[in-house]
Amino acid sequence: MPDAAKVRIAFRVNGSEHIVHAWPMARLLDVLREELRLTGTKEGCGEGECGACAVLLDGALVNSCLVPALHADGASIITIEGVAQGEQLHAVQQAFLEHGGAQCGICTPGMVLAAVNLLEKCPNPTEADIRNGLAGNLCRCTGYMKIFESVVAACKQQR
Amino acid sequence: MHPEPPLIGQAVPRKEGRDKVTGRARYVDDLVFPGMMYGATVRSPVARGRIRAIHFDENIPWQEFTVVTAQDIPGENCVALILHDQPCLAAEIVNHPEEPVVLLGHPDKHLLEEARRAVRLETEPLPAVFTIEDSLAKKEIIWGEDNVFKSFLVEKGDVDSAWARAEIVVEGEYETGAQEQLYIEPNGMIAVANPDEGVTVWGSMQCPYYVHKALVPLFGLSKDKVRVIQAETGGGFGGKEEYPSMIAAHAALLAWKAGRPVKLIYDRAEDMAATTKRHPSRTRHRTGVTRDGKLVALEIDFVIDGGAYCTLSPVVLSRGTIHAAGPYECPNVRIRSRAVATNAPPHGAFRGFGAPQSVFALERHFDQVAKACGLAPDEFRRRNFVHAGGTLAVSQVIHENVDLPQLMERAFAESDYHAKRARFARENRDARVKKGIGFAAFLHGAGFTGSGEEYLASVVAVEATAEGRVRVLAASTEIGQGANTVFTQIAADTLGLDPELIDIAPPDTAAVPNSGPTVASRTTMIVGKLVESAALGLKQTLVSSGLPGERGGPEGRPCTSEEFQRACAEYIRKHGALRATCQYAPPPGIKWDDEKYQGDAYGAYAWAVYVAEVSVDTVTYEIRVDDFVAVQEVGKVIHPVLATGQIEGGVAQGIGYALYENVVWREGRMVNAQMTNYIMPTSADVPPIRVFFEENPYPFGPGGAKGIGELPMDGPAPAIVNAIEQATGASITRIPVTPEVLMEALEGVHA
Repeated sequence: MPDAAKVRIAFRVNGSEHIVHAWPMARLLDVLREELRLTGTKEGCGEGECGACAVLLDGALVNSCLVPALHADGASIITIEGVAQGEQLHAVQQAFLEHGGAQCGICTPGMVLAAVNLLEKCPNPTEADIRNGLAGNLCRCTGYMKIFESVVAACKQQR
Repeated sequence: MHPEPPLIGQAVPRKEGRDKVTGRARYVDDLVFPGMMYGATVRSPVARGRIRAIHFDENIPWQEFTVVTAQDIPGENCVALILHDQPCLAAEIVNHPEEPVVLLGHPDKHLLEEARRAVRLETEPLPAVFTIEDSLAKKEIIWGEDNVFKSFLVEKGDVDSAWARAEIVVEGEYETGAQEQLYIEPNGMIAVANPDEGVTVWGSMQCPYYVHKALVPLFGLSKDKVRVIQAETGGGFGGKEEYPSMIAAHAALLAWKAGRPVKLIYDRAEDMAATTKRHPSRTRHRTGVTRDGKLVALEIDFVIDGGAYCTLSPVVLSRGTIHAAGPYECPNVRIRSRAVATNAPPHGAFRGFGAPQSVFALERHFDQVAKACGLAPDEFRRRNFVHAGGTLAVSQVIHENVDLPQLMERAFAESDYHAKRARFARENRDARVKKGIGFAAFLHGAGFTGSGEEYLASVVAVEATAEGRVRVLAASTEIGQGANTVFTQIAADTLGLDPELIDIAPPDTAAVPNSGPTVASRTTMIVGKLVESAALGLKQTLVSSGLPGERGGPEGRPCTSEEFQRACAEYIRKHGALRATCQYAPPPGIKWDDEKYQGDAYGAYAWAVYVAEVSVDTVTYEIRVDDFVAVQEVGKVIHPVLATGQIEGGVAQGIGYALYENVVWREGRMVNAQMTNYIMPTSADVPPIRVFFEENPYPFGPGGAKGIGELPMDGPAPAIVNAIEQATGASITRIPVTPEVLMEALEGVHA
């Protein structure tokens, strides 16, 4: 395909406007990682199972490996790089740090975004809410217990 | 937040945690080199065959590609590990599906994938072997003279004459399936390689010096011309112990030929289909007991499927063999074990390393033996547990002050075992969803087996700068388990310093000594002790040259960072570099006989009793773990949050091993190599995992610690299947217990 077949995509990422030229069906994951060098978004499976590539797209948690770049045109996206305010960690990040929510760290960006999204939608989640809210994000290290604890701690912190 | 010393025992923040929660941590796929191209691997389509020809589709502009075959290897075509039987690229014969044959390099990932599909291997199929039984029966000889990579024989007492004294004899056969490590970061490497500068690789790995060992003969280079650097690593669990050597070799061969940096990252399907998994196993037990439930004779035949090449199978077999008789005292034991070849991709390291297989068999079998004796499963265990002064199957005298009955009592108290067992027995009869509770008791040895640690002779260095910062130099890798944090705690406590002043040098074979591989539950106990000793050496050097105070600072108080910095600056001005190294020396009295396989197999063991509670839906055949209690004695707990996290994560993997994680094989190939149909536990599947430690400091571990990494993998599967038996009465002998396996078992029960 000639480069002319690429499309112009304008979107907002972590508060900054960006314009990229990409194949319409390029994965949002690759655009973020390769065009914008936002490598905090990870690829774990490439088929929407693991959630390592999760980002917030107009406030919804999506697997960026399944989102065509064209779909992001005009959208506002938050990646893991946009969660902290400068050096000030988000309550969820601080809780993951203190309560053992991150081990190897590869699921952490997606998991943190899933937790942030959960607490935005549901500020006082029950245990079942937390389990369901994170069920699209796989973690092989923690057995999830420390992640649940981190979410509970972040929730208390935010109150 | 400034934690007060001592740091050991405190949950200090994870050293690299901030980078991980902000997305700043750099994993191999996040690294970009100027002029870099990508690599891809063309693999064997058949399980066993002779390569007749390699066809390159003429529609691909091959002149744009770098193409590497076995002929391009400058040195020896092997992945050096234990034996040199595994080629880096198959040249004439392929011995398993997905065996690497051709490598392709191109700057455009998408064209590369098209090209990979456009290479066709023409092969003449050869007869292949796919099961342990066919391999043992020598249906076809596919490796060596008899398909056997390694065998062991452990003998204690006289089993043959002991049968006469056995009043009850119970036999059983148990099977475990393969299991994929499923680290969420797939394998990957980047290489820069040319004849002038040698070979440098960056990547996801557990063991930089294993990769180094493999690259040296492959390129025929001197050791100083090969450099291996670990990038942040997104989980390993054993899966990044040996296979990264293969990927590093491939990336380096492409880079060598192309004269450009090459990035070779596996996608999930390739990682699952081509790289190592846990060895499938088959174990036969024959157990003689007296009528009152005392063990008289244990005869165990343990076989693991090693796949097509030897790789680490002898070592996996060794650990599985030694753990096969568990934490029990029996006067007469014979364990015969073999690792055999099949035409599947080589099976390899995975947390537990042979022990989860043999422990599953033993702990399932002992529930059957208990039943045959008319004893409760716990009473049978209680009558046979090894105590301090007792001997294990390998005739190792236990010098640790182990109290298994106490661990069991605690596990039962925390899980309300006895009351629940009684209640479930009453309520199950008319219930559609039946409940059960079961347990397993086990041990796990820390460090390399027998003389392994002496052979490794690991080295750690600690150095200080004139600014008063301390660097720990070790090849041990942070793979999520918390090595960076634990080493920091140990060094900071030993030197009486703020942990902020401790740096952990990135594992880089050009800069750090070989502290051995990051495997075998050895990093905290063995390498951590070397960190402690080296830090102590550094402190003694400073004290003897005038750092105030015997214990660091004046009057025994820890010295301030200013005092430490002044002392470092002073020492470096007068004498030059300030650095202390420490090499492993075995604890006193350790003896191991490699011929007879007897003696002190491990310097120390972790001991545990795990209890699982399950619900079994007798209509849908779904099984849920409702509660899980893990009680263990692991010496001193260095970091309560990290240690608990290790146990919880291991238990979750054990739940997957027991119930969900089913590798489906077709002619040696994994056919469900996707996360969509290879199922690991999600946040919705795991029960509350409740972790309890009993602390009993081990005198030869840092701060009293023993190893814990692998331990939690051993117990969940037998505990869960024992619970399923209480719930349903079905005596299931293989894992994973998928709904299909349960249905078969229940149909049998109902028939």
